[in-house]
Amino acid sequence: MLELIEQFNVLGAFWLNIRLAAVSFVLALVLGTVVAVLRLAPVGVLNWFGSTYVTLLRNTPLTLIIVFANLGLWAQLGLEFVPRDRPNFILENNFWLAVLGLTVYHAAFICEAIRSGVNTVPVGQAEASRSIGLTFPQSLREVILPQAFRGAITPIGNVLIALIKNTTVAVAIGNREIAYAMRNMIEFRPDAGLLIFLLVAIGFVALTLPVGLLTSWLSTRLAVKR
Amino acid sequence: MTDSSGPQRGLGKPLVVLDDVNKHFGDLHVLKDINLTVHEGEVVVVIGPSGSGKSTLCRTINRLENFESGSITIDGTKLPEEGKALAQLRADVGMVFQSFNLFSHKTILENVTLGPVKARGKKPAEAKKRAMELLERVGVAHQAEKYPAQLSGGQQQRVAIARSLAMEPRVMLFDEPTSALDPEMINEVLDVMTSLAHSGMTMIVVTHEMGFARKAADRVVFMSDGAIVEENTPEEFFTNPQSARAKDFLGKILTH
Repeated sequence: MLELIEQFNVLGAFWLNIRLAAVSFVLALVLGTVVAVLRLAPVGVLNWFGSTYVTLLRNTPLTLIIVFANLGLWAQLGLEFVPRDRPNFILENNFWLAVLGLTVYHAAFICEAIRSGVNTVPVGQAEASRSIGLTFPQSLREVILPQAFRGAITPIGNVLIALIKNTTVAVAIGNREIAYAMRNMIEFRPDAGLLIFLLVAIGFVALTLPVGLLTSWLSTRLAVKR
Repeated sequence: MTDSSGPQRGLGKPLVVLDDVNKHFGDLHVLKDINLTVHEGEVVVVIGPSGSGKSTLCRTINRLENFESGSITIDGTKLPEEGKALAQLRADVGMVFQSFNLFSHKTILENVTLGPVKARGKKPAEAKKRAMELLERVGVAHQAEKYPAQLSGGQQQRVAIARSLAMEPRVMLFDEPTSALDPEMINEVLDVMTSLAHSGMTMIVVTHEMGFARKAADRVVFMSDGAIVEENTPEEFFTNPQSARAKDFLGKILTH
């Protein structure tokens, strides 16, 4: 097993999955919050944008989105995240295209997780914040969202776990992450088939298990006492 | 019958004026041609059977509820529809809820300073100083660093009053402020309200506490089925109710 890990740079491949997941998660949190605010705003056209975004992105296969980022946004429309003269231009650009795809896809789920968190906030909290003269954005920022995030920790954790596993889709546009390493291992070491699957599976459990534990711990610790 | 004649004890100018306000919840006509004028410094207690629309009336005054026709003005300014202007106006109208509605994720002190800092643009240090004075006044200053869930209902409601007072409101609305409290805590809240009334605050109080109405009110407004049926001084209203519905209501609640 150690020999497999060294020969196919399994740790390096997993590191790429971790980087993809970490960057995409942070960006998806930001974008998902923005979309959630659109869906909550008392303005019809913003609601429409928000719900159209979620419907569109949530119901499109991730592979399609990521391949579109590469073939559509880069190859057709010329979207480039790094200067073309970088020695690893293709690899680096593909990393960011994958981040883009992962972000926009998971932001739709983050948005819905936050909305479920908003539903845990009693309506009286919003009424009280309006009654002391806070505007809608102020009452979202000061009162509703801080409580909603705490109520949404577990569903957001679920999105993160799905996101970590979904980073394997990035292989579709040439990211050398673990699914890529796995394909190589299977090709060159067909004798080690079961071991290869086990190795990758254990790697993902090692990544996602702490997320689940951390979010359950956080959600009890940060729970809003009513 | 719904005429709000002048002030009872040399009160100030009209502050809150409701003019032919109508509101429906679906088919239910919850506010029927409401005309009510509350003068500066006046304490008006609204009583009536449950479902009579008194809470809705209270919530309509700072537009937590919409209404369909008529107008509500506060110090001559018409209630704006939504947005910043409405937020500004709400800052001038304090509201105390039945279920307290303190911000659960903020400390007692933060609950009281949030409005002044965010809606009034006060400096945090200044807001904090004022908040501590107000918490002192309602008797919960020693709990300032705690969270709402750590306080008793009576304490929470007193904090809610301090939170409203911190905005230096022109008028305060109380929506059944003691209905969710254990009996032994009702008086500590009523005491704060009574001293507030004596300090000259303009107050509109929806309550079932007849003792408070007798002690602190300038005027009692009796509502039934969405309409103002009768209004009078507390003394006159409790001893000599005019309408059959008021007699019936008082008969049910004052017999024991």
